[in-house]
Amino acid sequence: MNDTKSIILAGVGGQGAILVSKVLTRGLVDAGYDVKMSEVHGMAQRGGSVSTQVRFGTKVWSPIVGRGGADIMVAFEKMEAIRYCEFLRPDGIAVINDYEILPMTVACGAAVYPDGTIEDMKKHFRTVVIDAASIASSLGSIRCMNIVLFGAMVKSLSLDSIDWTAVLKETLAPKILDMNLLAFKAGLEASCDK
Amino acid sequence: MKNLLSGNEAAARGAYEAGVKFCSAYPGTPSTEIFENLVQYKDSLYCEWAPNEKVAVESAYGASIAGASSLAAMKHVGMNVAADPMFTAAYMGTGGAMVIVTADDPSMHSSQNEQDNRNYARAAKIPMVEPSDSQECKDFMIEAFRISARFGVPVIFRTTTRVCHSKSLVQFGERMESSVAEYHRNASKFVCTPANAHRNHPILEKKLSEIEQYSNASELNREEIYSTKVGIVTSSIAYEYSREVFGEDASYLKIGLSFPLPMEKIRSFASKVDRVIVIEELEPFIEDQMKAAGIKCEGKNMIGNLYELNPELVSERVLGRKASFVTSDVTAVGRPPALCPGCPHRGFFYVLSKKSDYVICGDIGCYTLGSAPPLGAMDSCVCMGGGLSVAHGMAKVFEMTAQTGKKVFGVVGDSTFFHSGMTGAVEILYNKSSVIPCILDNRITGMTGHQDNPGTGFDLEGNPSPMIDIAKVLQAYGYENVIEVDPQDLKAMSKAVDDALSSKVPAAIICKRPCLLIKRIKHEKGMCIVNAGKCRTCRSCLKVGCPAIAIVDGKAKIDSSLCTGCTVCAQVCPFGAIEKEASR
Repeated sequence: MNDTKSIILAGVGGQGAILVSKVLTRGLVDAGYDVKMSEVHGMAQRGGSVSTQVRFGTKVWSPIVGRGGADIMVAFEKMEAIRYCEFLRPDGIAVINDYEILPMTVACGAAVYPDGTIEDMKKHFRTVVIDAASIASSLGSIRCMNIVLFGAMVKSLSLDSIDWTAVLKETLAPKILDMNLLAFKAGLEASCDK
Repeated sequence: MKNLLSGNEAAARGAYEAGVKFCSAYPGTPSTEIFENLVQYKDSLYCEWAPNEKVAVESAYGASIAGASSLAAMKHVGMNVAADPMFTAAYMGTGGAMVIVTADDPSMHSSQNEQDNRNYARAAKIPMVEPSDSQECKDFMIEAFRISARFGVPVIFRTTTRVCHSKSLVQFGERMESSVAEYHRNASKFVCTPANAHRNHPILEKKLSEIEQYSNASELNREEIYSTKVGIVTSSIAYEYSREVFGEDASYLKIGLSFPLPMEKIRSFASKVDRVIVIEELEPFIEDQMKAAGIKCEGKNMIGNLYELNPELVSERVLGRKASFVTSDVTAVGRPPALCPGCPHRGFFYVLSKKSDYVICGDIGCYTLGSAPPLGAMDSCVCMGGGLSVAHGMAKVFEMTAQTGKKVFGVVGDSTFFHSGMTGAVEILYNKSSVIPCILDNRITGMTGHQDNPGTGFDLEGNPSPMIDIAKVLQAYGYENVIEVDPQDLKAMSKAVDDALSSKVPAAIICKRPCLLIKRIKHEKGMCIVNAGKCRTCRSCLKVGCPAIAIVDGKAKIDSSLCTGCTVCAQVCPFGAIEKEASR
C-alpha cells in the first residue's frame, strides 16, 4: 500500500540542490502526487555540506527518512556521496557527480581528500556516474551542472513521462532556460549510456 | 489548487487569513521565513523586524492592548529573551487576539542548545498549539487566534525545524478581517502592580481550566483508532514519523493543542488500548504530565530526549527493528561552514589571531565562524549580545588576579549590538573594565539570511528608515575614542587594535564593511591570482582561512570561481606572490 518514493540530494552549499528540489517537487505536484520535501537552512549555507530530501506517493507522512530509507541519492559532489550513502537503501541507486570540491580542512592542509570514493560507491550500490562539470561547461556554464544531474536522476527514477520541459520553463529565469533545457537532455542521455 | 509550502510560509499565510493586524519579530533560524513571507501581505497588515524578541513581544502586546490582533515570532532561544513580558502578559490577558511563535531546533542545526519550549507554555501558563505539517501550520495559526480571542490569553504556536523547513501541500482560504475596538484605559487589567497581579492570577487559573475543557473537546486533539493493542500519544513532527512507522497497526491520539493537555481525552484513549506509548521529540512534556495524572504509559525509556527523531529511529527504538543500510569504507572529510570568500570579518579575526595573549569573547552570527581553524580567534560565544558582557566578567577576573598581560576583546555584530549588545557596552563603561568592544558592522543581519536592522537604513517592508549610527551611540555612552576601520585593510586593522589598547580614554572599534552578499549594494569586483614563480609555498595565505585558496601541485592556487578580490591573502603573502587583477 505504501508506494512512497524517497530521494536524497546531497551536495555543497551553493551547488544548486535547492533549485533542483524546486523543479522536482513542482513537477511531482503537477503530476498529482502527494509530495513532502525537507531542507535545512542556516549555517549549512556557508560552504558546508547540505542535504535535501524529497518524498512522493499517494500519501506521504514523514518528510524525511533515516538511514537505509532512500530509493535514490543524487550526490552533487563525490565525497558527499560517501557521507550520505548510509541514507540509501542497500538496493538503491546512487547518481554521482564525478566532481570534487575541497573542504577548507583539505585546502589548508589539515586533512586529505579521500581517494576511491566512486569506486567504493560502485562496490556497494547501483551507481550512475556523471561528469556533469564537463557536460555543463560544454553547454556554456558549469553552473548548469545541477540540471544535468537532475536529468540523470529523472531517468534513473523512471520519471521521464512527466513533461519536465514545461516545468523547467515555469521554474527557471528566461535567460538561463535554453542552456538548462540542453543540460536536462544531456543528463537524461548521459544516464542512458551507463 | 494546493500549494507546496514550507511550514513557515504556511504559518505566514495562516496569520494573514486569520486577519492579523500587527506583526513584530526578530529573525532567527528556523523561524525567519515566517516574516519574510508575511511581508507579501503588507497591504493588509503591518509587519516589522524588532531589534530583539523582547521588544517584538512587547510591541505585539501593546498592539493587543490597543485592540488589534497581533503576532510575534522568534526562534526557541529568542523566547528566553522575550520571556519577561510574556509571563506577565499571560496574567493580564489580551485585548486583541495575540499569538507568539516559537520555532524550536531539535538537533541544533543552527542553534546553541535544543531547549524544548513547550515547557514555556506550562511555566508561563499560556495555551499552546503544535502543528505537524504545513496545512496544520496554516490551520492551527488561525485556530490559535481563535483560542486567544475566545479566552483572552496569548497563545503560543510551537514548531520545530523539521516542521518549519519541510514543504507539504496547503489549501488556501480567504482572509477574515478582524475589527479593532476603540481603546479605553483599563488600568486594573493592564497595569501589573502587585495588587492587580494578585487579582489577575486566579483569573488566569480559571481561564486555563476552561481551556482544558476546550482542549478535551477540540478537534485539534484527535483520535485515530485502528488497533486496540497499541495506542500512540504524539504531537508535532513525531506524529508523522509515528504514522510512517506504525501505519494502521496502532491507534493514535494526535495532540495539536498540547497545553493545557486534554487529560480526559487522553485517559479515555488510554482505556481503549492495551499499551500506551508516548512518542515526542526532546523532553517528556506529554509523558510526565500523563504519569502525574496517573495514566500508565511509556516512551522516553525507549526514545530518549536527545536530538531529532526520524522514522528510522522511532522504528529502531520502539520496535527494535534495525534499519538495513551500508556505510562506506572510505571516510568523508568534514565540511564545516567557513567565512565566505571576501567576508569582511576575515581581516578582523586574522589580526586578532596573531597574538596569544588576546582573549576574544564572541557572539552569535556569521562571525562565530572566526572560532574555526585556521583563524581560531575566539574564547567564548554564549548568546545574542553576550559578547561584550561576558568579556567584562572575564576582564574583571584578570584584573583581580593580576593577569595583566591578557587583553580582552568583546565582539558583537551590528544587528547583535542593537539586539542586546548595547547594554554590555554600558556595563563595560559603567563598571570600568578594560574590555575593547568591537562591533563588526557588515550592514546586515547575515547568518539568518540578510534581514534589515536598525543600522541598515531600511525596514522589513523595504521602506527607508532612520539609520542608527553605532559610533554616535557609543560616543553618547562615553566611549571617547571610537575607531572606525575597514577590516579588510590589515595594516589599518592592526593599527586600530594597537590604538584602542593604548588609548588613555575608553575606546571601541567599529569594523565597517558591508557583507558581499548584500544585493542592493554595488560591490567592487575583482579577483586575485597567484604568480606561481614568486610563490614559495610558505602557506601564509592559508592562515586567513579562505575557501578560495588551496595548495595545488605544490603552489598556492586561487579558485577564480570563488575569489572576490578582497586581497586579504595578498596582504599576508611575504613574497608579493598574490596580485589583484583590476576586473574581469
